[in-house]
Amino acid sequence: MKNREEKRRHTIPSFRLLWPLAALALILIYDLLFTPHFFTIVIKDGHLFGSLIDILNRSAPLCLIAIGMTLVIATAGIDISVGSIIAISGAVAAWLIAQAHAPLIAVLCVPCAVSLSLGLVNGSLIAYLGIQPIVATLILMVAGRGIAQLITGGQIIVFENKPFEYIANGFLGGLPFTITIVAAMLALALLLSRKTALGLFIESVGCNPEASRFAGINAHRVKLLVYAFCGLCAGIAGLIVASNIKAADSNNAGYLLELDAILAVVIGGTTLSGGKFSLVGAIIGALIIQSLTTTILTQGIAVEVTRVVKSLVVVAVFLLQSENFRKAIGASFTRRAA
Amino acid sequence: MKRGIDRKYIPVACTICVAALLYVAAGLSYKGFFAPQVFINFLIDNAFLGIVAMGMTFVILSGGIDLSVGSVVALTGVLTACLVEKLMWHPLAVFPVALLCGSLLGFGMGCIIHFFKSPPFIVTLAGMIFARGMANVISLESIPIYHPFFVNITSWGIPLGNGIILPSIVLMYLGAFGCALYIAHYTKFGRNVYAIGGSEQSARLMGVPVGRTKIAVYTLNGFLSALGGIVLTMYTSAGYGLAGEGLELDAIACVVIGGTLLSGGVGYLAGTFVGVLIMGIIQTFIIFKGTLSSWWTKIAIGILLFIFIVLQRALLHFSQRSRHSRGN
Repeated sequence: MKNREEKRRHTIPSFRLLWPLAALALILIYDLLFTPHFFTIVIKDGHLFGSLIDILNRSAPLCLIAIGMTLVIATAGIDISVGSIIAISGAVAAWLIAQAHAPLIAVLCVPCAVSLSLGLVNGSLIAYLGIQPIVATLILMVAGRGIAQLITGGQIIVFENKPFEYIANGFLGGLPFTITIVAAMLALALLLSRKTALGLFIESVGCNPEASRFAGINAHRVKLLVYAFCGLCAGIAGLIVASNIKAADSNNAGYLLELDAILAVVIGGTTLSGGKFSLVGAIIGALIIQSLTTTILTQGIAVEVTRVVKSLVVVAVFLLQSENFRKAIGASFTRRAA
Repeated sequence: MKRGIDRKYIPVACTICVAALLYVAAGLSYKGFFAPQVFINFLIDNAFLGIVAMGMTFVILSGGIDLSVGSVVALTGVLTACLVEKLMWHPLAVFPVALLCGSLLGFGMGCIIHFFKSPPFIVTLAGMIFARGMANVISLESIPIYHPFFVNITSWGIPLGNGIILPSIVLMYLGAFGCALYIAHYTKFGRNVYAIGGSEQSARLMGVPVGRTKIAVYTLNGFLSALGGIVLTMYTSAGYGLAGEGLELDAIACVVIGGTLLSGGVGYLAGTFVGVLIMGIIQTFIIFKGTLSSWWTKIAIGILLFIFIVLQRALLHFSQRSRHSRGN
């Protein structure tokens, strides 16, 4: 009995990753068959180049946000302000470089600190005032771009700063530096959530905040922490976006990226109702979205069609995961007396 | 009990007070702000937002959310412009097609939400990407409309005297508002929406057709978004696939500022109407001021959102506490 239970516990996570992995494999197999040179990786100047590397590199901001968003969604919350936090973080960094001529350490730390505190604001609204997550973060989502434009004076601040540009354009060990950042953040999140009790606390708060409070978990503090972490992830993503284009574009930086991130998390097998979460699943989800985009683009299909295809694939993957859908397919579409 | 009834009007009353205060404050600081034409302009400039926000009110009252409205506005706008200008259809034939298209999208999303018990957030998010993509597939460029009939109905209006004209899009806005008010407060469907938003479980046990009502709510919202798209097309005399980006958030903000609880079941269409008016007053104030930049609108809306949400929270807290003490 115990043995079987243990066995099930071991099989469930791998099963949950099955669908997203299958979707990713399907896209890659399609590329293998129909996109020439998709899998070729060449070494130029000691750096690796190729479509696969490109996918990893370009998905970095999305992956970072997806990591933070997974933890937020695991507490049955949502954070739709991350796109705005990206814009603010980029704007602060650009202002520090171009206007204040601040040293590099300040350029890196101040935007992260600002994003972290914005995350704390979100978290305290949700944890201590008890406001619904989508509403609380909506405030910052609406006001955030205004604040970012306030910082940049409504202009796109362009800057030149070699060390800062390294974040998005540099290479470490042959691979783009962004991959290192994502790997580090993923390792940090995995370490915190799987090697300490924090992950269990997060899942328990997501399943039933009331019960976890009675069990002695400080649900408020867990929520606060999770939103702060999500803010920090968005801040780092903002640095990458700004460093990549060597400018701060308050209107477009991270625009609607929160929605992509939520999709990535959901595709990765974390349900919006909270509870169990999968960080690796979220990364796979982000890679699915990015490789889908890259595939469609390399197929020479017009950019405007990308969104249609993307939404259809997302709906398909999402429905395949939904138990109701599988049940409905299984038991011929019988309408329950609603 | 009587105090409880009073309390549910407090958010709407606050909204109206804020609108009145803003209007008077702006009117006292700028000459000409009280001119009737300025007031008509609030309605003209925000007619499409108001119509979309009305549909959003229904969705939020039912306890859901719809992120696709901005894209549906763009899609119907581009569709209208394309059918009129490229395929030479008569506008009167195009409008039903556009409205049907929006309703069908809403219907489809409602079906997925109901039958597969999917969260509305994700389904309408996919709908948003889909509709935006379709709009861009139809045309990436803005399509101006020169059809004489279209130009005629756009410029037509009811003269109110003193050279002030109530243009057709405002009439459409007010007409839609009247119909929506009737549907929300005087039909069985409206009551069902409130019941589901209050508690889906209880509504089902009371025999409310939950599934049908939910699907109808999203269909109605799709219809109103399409109408918003047509009004926007009339307002700008063009259809543009990138129009209405972020409109869904403006609409949700208007609904929340209008005193509707995002948890569903509590709120009024009239509040949303005033919420849209507040948006218009802030925008016009910033234009009058001249030195303030457009991004202040966003910040002001954010601050207002914050105030209203905290206010709602406080009201809910106190009403729960008083109910609790009464229970004891």
